[in-house]
Amino acid sequence: MNLLYTEIEEELRASVRDLLADHSPVSAVLARIEGPGAYDPALWRQLAAELGAAGLQVPERYAGAGASLRETAVVMEELGRAVAPVPFLGSAVLATTALLAAQDSAPDDVLGNALGALADGSRTGTLAVPLSSAPGRPFTPTVTLHPDGTLSGRVTSVADALGADLLVVPGPDCSLHLVETGFTATPRTSLDLTRPLADLTFDRTPARLLTADPAALQRALLTGAGLLASEQLGIAEWCLAATVGYLRERRQFNRPLGSFQALKHRLADLWLDVVGARAAARAAADALATEAADAAVAVAVAASHCGTVAVRAAEECVQLHGGIGMTWEHPAHLYLKRAKADHLALGTPAHHRAVLAGLVDLPA
Amino acid sequence: MTTASVEELRSRTRALLSEFDPADTEPLDFLRARFDAGLAWVHFPVGLGGLDAPRALQAVVDAELAAAGAPDNDPRRIGIGLGMAAPTILRYGTDEQRSRLLRPLWTGEEVWCQLFSEPGAGSDLAALATRATLGADGVWTVDGQKVWTSSAHTARWAILIARTDPALPKHKGITYFVCDMTDPGVEVRPLRQITGEAEFNEVFLTGVRIPDTDRLGAVGEGWQVAQTTLNNERVSIGGQRTPREGGLVGIVAGTWRARPELRTPELQQRLLKHWVDAEVLRLTGERLRQQLTVGQPGPEGAGTKLGFARLAQELTGFEVELLAEEGLGYDDWTMVRPELVDFNGREAGYRYLRAKGNSIEGGTSEILRNIIAERVLGLPPEPRTDKDVPWKDLAR
Repeated sequence: MNLLYTEIEEELRASVRDLLADHSPVSAVLARIEGPGAYDPALWRQLAAELGAAGLQVPERYAGAGASLRETAVVMEELGRAVAPVPFLGSAVLATTALLAAQDSAPDDVLGNALGALADGSRTGTLAVPLSSAPGRPFTPTVTLHPDGTLSGRVTSVADALGADLLVVPGPDCSLHLVETGFTATPRTSLDLTRPLADLTFDRTPARLLTADPAALQRALLTGAGLLASEQLGIAEWCLAATVGYLRERRQFNRPLGSFQALKHRLADLWLDVVGARAAARAAADALATEAADAAVAVAVAASHCGTVAVRAAEECVQLHGGIGMTWEHPAHLYLKRAKADHLALGTPAHHRAVLAGLVDLPA
Repeated sequence: MTTASVEELRSRTRALLSEFDPADTEPLDFLRARFDAGLAWVHFPVGLGGLDAPRALQAVVDAELAAAGAPDNDPRRIGIGLGMAAPTILRYGTDEQRSRLLRPLWTGEEVWCQLFSEPGAGSDLAALATRATLGADGVWTVDGQKVWTSSAHTARWAILIARTDPALPKHKGITYFVCDMTDPGVEVRPLRQITGEAEFNEVFLTGVRIPDTDRLGAVGEGWQVAQTTLNNERVSIGGQRTPREGGLVGIVAGTWRARPELRTPELQQRLLKHWVDAEVLRLTGERLRQQLTVGQPGPEGAGTKLGFARLAQELTGFEVELLAEEGLGYDDWTMVRPELVDFNGREAGYRYLRAKGNSIEGGTSEILRNIIAERVLGLPPEPRTDKDVPWKDLAR
């Protein structure tokens, strides 16, 4: 179990961070959420096409980078740190993992086309499930399959569905189907402004069966939850750094606020939680990348801890910034909204602990 | 680490083993021979038990010796000597002090203790009031009281800091000594603690005589010398790999599995939270260990003790509550003076009470938070009113 970052991972991090600093500073994100679409297609093209970030976990035979979920997790960290409005979670993590998990049964040309397009960023996709779906519990499909292979039904609160070109849709018995046309995505007003949700409607929508094995959907949800921990780490690190920076500069009572012990101790505790989040998120990414036998435990631990820490960091960030932290113009609220939405996404911390009870034999 | 030096260490170790067969050598003779062969602590200088080799190579020697069934120096019994006194003597001692003190320290012939904390100087250690005055005969006379001294009743030597110039600001008037614990002016009394036992002692120093040759570092330089001691107190963390559910959480999880009648839904929620916290802390330590292995130590070390204390207190409190009626009992209040302390030893009530010390000993959690905030996060210090004031003028 390697909990460190390799040199290649650090180089990847630096590239993603530079790109985000140049093309998606928080001021630009703030401006964008007021517009018609939060997503930034130009940023996505650069992230996917120029850096190859969207195809990191895709094998080279499907025109991907042939890297692993460890590198994918590093990108998630940086996207979290920048609350970047790009469909990475839906496209490069959830949909891509679901497609890869269907490799044994899906036609190779269908998979190749879909994975290749997701990897080079020419198309985006997502997994058609409510964002609150969680690994480790039965999934209830809301889409029915007609005898002619078409799909009908509705899926609510789907992340990265707006503007998606292809969908991986769970049908009866958690089979997975590829949909590339004939669906509608209706935007919802979402808590997280930088990852807006949409409701998907299917009405005799053409689809291709990818796999009848329900394990593929579970694999996608588990991977999503495990990598979301890295995004939560990025959020928490930004919130801690921003708060420390502010308290060093802000003066009240004729001294920097950061010199007050009451505030220092809060930040020291938060720092320790973030240090733990880094270890837990790395452990989950490594376990998923190496398909370790205890990957589900590592994911449950990371999701439980990192989900809690990201929210705490964002809440402390708002509180310790005082009045400015409550304003729309300060970016703290973007992180709070992302952190709180992520808290519910792909399983709450309480859900992951309940799953853990079964995995590590701590029964009720 | 080069292959050649690993091989060289192996052959030196084998040579030691063939000359002094552990099966028919007195343990002390073997340990002395090991020290003289430079295999005691390989990162120490040649002639002082080492070979000027990288610290990481010690594992090569230890593995060879363990495989041969060689005796060790029972490092837990002499932890203060090995972990705190030795690095300080090495850095600040004279040649005479190093060659006189380090060998019996390492072999365990001479146990060491630490005379730092005082009733009036805990977190504010630099405010200490024990006085040392230099006589015309070149001998210091020491008067004062020290507290929380483990091994004082078995120790031959102590590392001691005392005030030598009350007219200077508190950090500047301190000098560091090596104190002979057999001096008739040293009185050791057990200090009974909330667990009922006495792990520690109070040490009363009355007219204790210390020759100037037992001073470590310059007069007035004691605070800097003490930093070496205190930094080494926290250096050994992250050395070993811990398995999942190693330590306290494994004890509590074992009770949970074995005793279904104790379970409630609310306790299960709490146990799962503690279990996750324990696993995250384990992974944090493992990540720190991996960083040290590749030579890029991170600041995580500063937080490990803070996290450990918090977790130990939560888990032990949980355990007493889980045990319901049994939690109302206690194994034994008899006053004893244990040689070794196992935080996880004895029963739940003892573990609960002993864990209270985890956030006090070796730097309180409050001081550790200050260290993290100032040295890791770079937050400004609190305004100080005591720094440039002569010690004798401070409010006490």
